[in-house]
Amino acid sequence: MAKVILTPNQTPTLFLEAENITPDVFAGKDAAEIAALHGFVGKTTVTLGDYFTIEGAGGQTAADTTVVINGDVSRVKYIGMKMSAGELIVNGNADMYVGGWMTGGKITVNGDIEAFAGLGMTGGELIVNGNAGNYLGAAYRGDWRGMQGGEIRVSGNAGSDVGTFMRGGTIVVGGNIDVHVGTHMEGGTIIVKGDAKTRVGGQMVKGTIYVYGDIDVMMPGFQYRNDSDLEVDGDKGRFALYEGDMGERHPKKKGEVIYGQLYMKY
Amino acid sequence: MAKIVTDVVCPFCGTLCDDLEVALSDDGKEILEVYNACAIGATKFLHSQASDRLTRPQKKQEDGSWKEVTYDEAADYTAKMLVDAKKPLMYGWSSTSCSAQGVGAEIGEEVGACMDNTATVCHGSTLIAVQDVGVPSATLGEIANRADRVVFWGCNPAHAHPRHMSRYSIFPRGFFTGKGSKSRQMIVVDPRNTDTAKMADVHLQLEQGHDYELLSAIRVAIRGEKLPDVVAGISKEQIYEVADTLKSGRFAVIFFGMGVTHSLGKNHNIDIAISVTRDLNDYTKAAIVPMRGHYNVTGSGQVWGWQFGFPFCLDLTRGFARYNPGDSSSNDLLVRDELDAVFVLGSDPGAHFPVRSVKKIAQLPSVCIDPHITPTSAVSKMHVPVAFVGVEVGGCAYRMDNVPIETKKVVEPPEGMLTDEEFLQLVLNRVRELKGAA
Repeated sequence: MAKVILTPNQTPTLFLEAENITPDVFAGKDAAEIAALHGFVGKTTVTLGDYFTIEGAGGQTAADTTVVINGDVSRVKYIGMKMSAGELIVNGNADMYVGGWMTGGKITVNGDIEAFAGLGMTGGELIVNGNAGNYLGAAYRGDWRGMQGGEIRVSGNAGSDVGTFMRGGTIVVGGNIDVHVGTHMEGGTIIVKGDAKTRVGGQMVKGTIYVYGDIDVMMPGFQYRNDSDLEVDGDKGRFALYEGDMGERHPKKKGEVIYGQLYMKY
Repeated sequence: MAKIVTDVVCPFCGTLCDDLEVALSDDGKEILEVYNACAIGATKFLHSQASDRLTRPQKKQEDGSWKEVTYDEAADYTAKMLVDAKKPLMYGWSSTSCSAQGVGAEIGEEVGACMDNTATVCHGSTLIAVQDVGVPSATLGEIANRADRVVFWGCNPAHAHPRHMSRYSIFPRGFFTGKGSKSRQMIVVDPRNTDTAKMADVHLQLEQGHDYELLSAIRVAIRGEKLPDVVAGISKEQIYEVADTLKSGRFAVIFFGMGVTHSLGKNHNIDIAISVTRDLNDYTKAAIVPMRGHYNVTGSGQVWGWQFGFPFCLDLTRGFARYNPGDSSSNDLLVRDELDAVFVLGSDPGAHFPVRSVKKIAQLPSVCIDPHITPTSAVSKMHVPVAFVGVEVGGCAYRMDNVPIETKKVVEPPEGMLTDEEFLQLVLNRVRELKGAA
């Protein structure tokens, strides 16, 4: 598998917008061609070569291209946006929109990321060995389609508005989570292994949320159903099932109303 | 004998009262009295008459003192700042006319600016919610004539929109509301016992920051589902009662303000309030109207809506409009050090933004266009005073219910003063010269 290594050689004074940093764009290009790819700082057009030292070359296709960023890119937006295949590894922190609208491949960030990561993603894997910001796996403003497929794993904490308008796929948060989890959710699974604050599953139509820790304030539209022993993401335990949001519309399947499901671990 | 100008439109808040009468001196040059206006509106008219008013642009010197410059010099400085910057912010736009906002939009497009209006710290969250779930709304005229269930959620019109209740929402005797306030049930939802709450038939004094839960509970109650005993500090009996009151009305309206748009949850609070309104429409007619603050913040959203497709938080740096509050919103841009110049017109971020944002404005090249001396003008490098829109020049403004109203010129501005539209035109011409396109 061909490998491209990007080492940041300067921090942008404003922010660098670099949606070209994906295996899809790098495939079939050598180091010089990759260095000549454009990015934006405000209204000026720059090249990736202005901000990164580039070694290696892309493979024949995105699927056989691995991109490694060695260093802090916390002032670089849109890394891995719309990628469809291959692998992208960030050894450092990254800014907003990591893996936004990605359809396939794998992104690993060994550091923290900012908001809007995995926005509207339909496939692939986004692994964050650190903390994530707000709007993880959510929908873009005004869109009713949040994350629709694939998997997001965050080892640390996540911010607010995780999985807003989510319709498919899985989000696993190892730590705690801020307010508004799975708002307007219509499918998919969110697993929170730490504590949640308030507003979990508000306006939820379908889908499943697991919370291992506490929820500060439960939404009034959730009703207790039963207890069951489950294995969730490799963890066995006894869970209480709540269904809701009773204030929201719900579809019927084979004559039965389908609710959103919220499991709380004992 | 004083000359009376009638049917004057008040350029203060989003209520945009259009029944003011202004008494002028015999020569028609000075405003003596303002009738029918609230205390805030009258003060705005009278303040334009202040003898110590700034009438020429001034530039801040190295030692912090101000030096008077001409409008041409000010336009040149502004144009150069905007053209040289990689990512300038053009903020404000809410206390000016739609035509001035239009010229501002042209400048923003020429220089590739980030453009934002005061909705960003006000009803921007409402705009986000409207994009997410739509909005069933109505004009204030329809509400005055029909609404018999009026909810004020997280707003205090008794102080913030003083004539709202008397002109539109509570007291007017309309076609189907002939008994005035007696034809209406007034519900106020506010953690504080405000002067508006004191007038209410029902005051839901909820726990602060739990509006989302209470709105959700009302949706559950409207559908007749089970509720916990207490939600947000309100008993379930009272929630069922309020849901029944709203359902039994002929026309329910929810007005809401900063108490929900900028408390925990922001756009989600409005999103679910809109959902309550939508649910009520299964039983009766219901509408929801934001209590917009500045008199033409609604218009600025309208102008950008038809120019760029988005009502606020515009990022034009790439030559086309991008939009994502949280990324392209002015406070995020300022706090995250994403900008290298700030232009402010018709707003006072110095007074309304968090202090860490204001500090950034003070550190950057900055221009403030405002008739008054404000905290923003104090931290800016250039201050350009202009004529008062709605007092010294007319122009279109949009009321909180999206009804356009043409404001009226009442007196002449001080000799030699430009309007903001004229100054913006100077800046636009200079920008085009600098870019070699003129």
